[in-house]
Amino acid sequence: MQAITREQLINKAVALLADGTVKYVLGWKKGEFDYDITPAVFETAEELNADFVWNDFCGANFSKYLVAKTRKLDGKILVFLKPCDTYSFNQLLTEHRFDRDKVYAVGIPCNGMADIAKVKEVCGDGISSIATEGDALAVTTIYDDEPVKVAVESVLAERCLNCKSKKHVAYDELMGEDGDTLDSNRFDEVAKLEAMTPDERFAFWQNELSRCIRCNACRDVCPACTCEKCVFDNPTSGVENKAPANSFEEKMFHIIRAFHVAGRCTDCGECSRVCPQNIPLHLLNRKFIKDINEFYGEYQAGAEVGSRAPLVNYTTEDLEPGEVFDRRDTNA
Amino acid sequence: MRKCSLDSLNAVFAKIAEAAELYLPVNCTDGSAAFSKWEEGKEWSNNLNTVKSPKEFFFPQTEDLVAFKTSGKNIEIIDTRKEREDFVVFGVRACDVKAFEVLDNVFLLKEPYDSYYTNRREHGVIISVACNRPADTCFCKTFGIDPADPQGDISVWKTADSLYWQANTERGAALLEKIADLTEDCDTAAVDAEKEKITKIMSKLPLANLTTEGWGAGKTQELFDSPIWAEMSEACLGCGTCTFVCPTCQCYDIKDFNTGKGVVRFRCWDSCMYSDFTKMSAGQPRLSQKERFRQRFMHKLVYYPENNNGLFSCVGCGRCVAKCPISMNIAKVMKKIGGKENE
Repeated sequence: MQAITREQLINKAVALLADGTVKYVLGWKKGEFDYDITPAVFETAEELNADFVWNDFCGANFSKYLVAKTRKLDGKILVFLKPCDTYSFNQLLTEHRFDRDKVYAVGIPCNGMADIAKVKEVCGDGISSIATEGDALAVTTIYDDEPVKVAVESVLAERCLNCKSKKHVAYDELMGEDGDTLDSNRFDEVAKLEAMTPDERFAFWQNELSRCIRCNACRDVCPACTCEKCVFDNPTSGVENKAPANSFEEKMFHIIRAFHVAGRCTDCGECSRVCPQNIPLHLLNRKFIKDINEFYGEYQAGAEVGSRAPLVNYTTEDLEPGEVFDRRDTNA
Repeated sequence: MRKCSLDSLNAVFAKIAEAAELYLPVNCTDGSAAFSKWEEGKEWSNNLNTVKSPKEFFFPQTEDLVAFKTSGKNIEIIDTRKEREDFVVFGVRACDVKAFEVLDNVFLLKEPYDSYYTNRREHGVIISVACNRPADTCFCKTFGIDPADPQGDISVWKTADSLYWQANTERGAALLEKIADLTEDCDTAAVDAEKEKITKIMSKLPLANLTTEGWGAGKTQELFDSPIWAEMSEACLGCGTCTFVCPTCQCYDIKDFNTGKGVVRFRCWDSCMYSDFTKMSAGQPRLSQKERFRQRFMHKLVYYPENNNGLFSCVGCGRCVAKCPISMNIAKVMKKIGGKENE
């Protein structure tokens, strides 16, 4: 269960609309089921009361929407940010991607978001309703008379199990208690991949990426991917790539994207959340984050506005290229 | 009608695979299912839906059409066409079978015929299976599809211990003949009971009452300028997930790949959600995501029926409902913009 209630968020939004602080509210809109929630722009108290939701399925990170919305909308926008979302928010500001003056950011605490795929693993398909009961979800399906109780903790999204921070690094106003950055185990899976032989690692990624359908959802949702025109979409770029010619090209797309966002990726995990084929794309990005930490010292993209990422910041303490070469014996 | 025990299924698959390549849904390492070529040790997945639909068997995501090789001032045209050998697709759901009809209308039934598609269609035998455990995202009934009575060359029903087979076409009957040693004659009692069970489940689905009212041929003027398109497309990422998991989306692009010494001309699935979809010399006719979003639903629910005797080109498989990164989908669009019955 989340520490802040839906009613508290609606009251906050209604108050900010009423006193003229903001003209628009970026929030989560209810869907057909209790888990298919869509990001939406609200303008009135009536709209908020009717359709605004806040529950354990509000995973979408709104930061990237600010790029388009601050250009399009003619007034200040209220955005609700979970702790991990605030890192993307700062990173986008560092890259001058939206007008900070047009945004009113309200930080809200997050106890982790549930992954509907994990819920379905436990309860099966055919879900007719999901109600929050304390720290559990009461899941009713059309196949069972009684709801199945599932602990939220047992169905948390991977990125929430490895949450890096409960602390908000950006906001105009904070609701509830702020948390701290956490010692997460998020690099454990990367370490496992590093321990593999090159052949094993190739086989791992071959298997995962072979499912890719090249829908570009990972790129389109990624707050670090805000190019006005992606090179892969540009017919005049010479490398336009609507479909992969072979499995090698498929891997290249994801690897090139990981290189492109290296040092700027905040590890928000949206890429893996939206992948229709459950490809653990975040592991590519985490490998870069882990390497950057080890080569240049700890660095968290988005922790502050205006920080210079190690990859674009030369210092005399930087490791020599030869040291990277020496790592080849460890497979990593 | 013929039946076999579930225990003997492996032997049945082996027998079918002797005569033709056999494909069926198997589990992937991530827990989802995908159609895969059967070989000893591969098991039929219990998953309801594969992430990618079986349309790929007839309309693959990419295929080479022709190649050109240049030497001096000469251009050599190389036919790269591959004739398809006979194959069998087992475990196709009623919705996905109906989707083949939608694709046939585009590629097969009207001139000019698509010879690549036709070749594969002629060599494929479809074995459908009744859905006894539909998902919350399913709404095939909305489009008049009965998941208890799937079409195809052969229809199959699965009960706790048996599999029931019924041939619907000559091709289907010929295939059943090949596995006659492994199946036995039976009456339809068990299948009738199964059908009744499925029909009951269907009425309980969350989207059971979704209707096509307000949609269909002739609705262009009425729906095209609805202000709701802007609102519903507001959060659309412009990714291609809905179109690529869709069993009926049929749009493609034809591209040239420069090999250095020539050109390979291939076609690949395209998505109306993409910024360069149908881009031509005058530019992209759909300038914002609102127009692209509208195109997808107007095509499925208005333009296609207009050109195909009222047939909708959505089959309610629910893949886009389950997979859209922002959970915006055709069911929401139909309810919001469609007729009063959905309110």
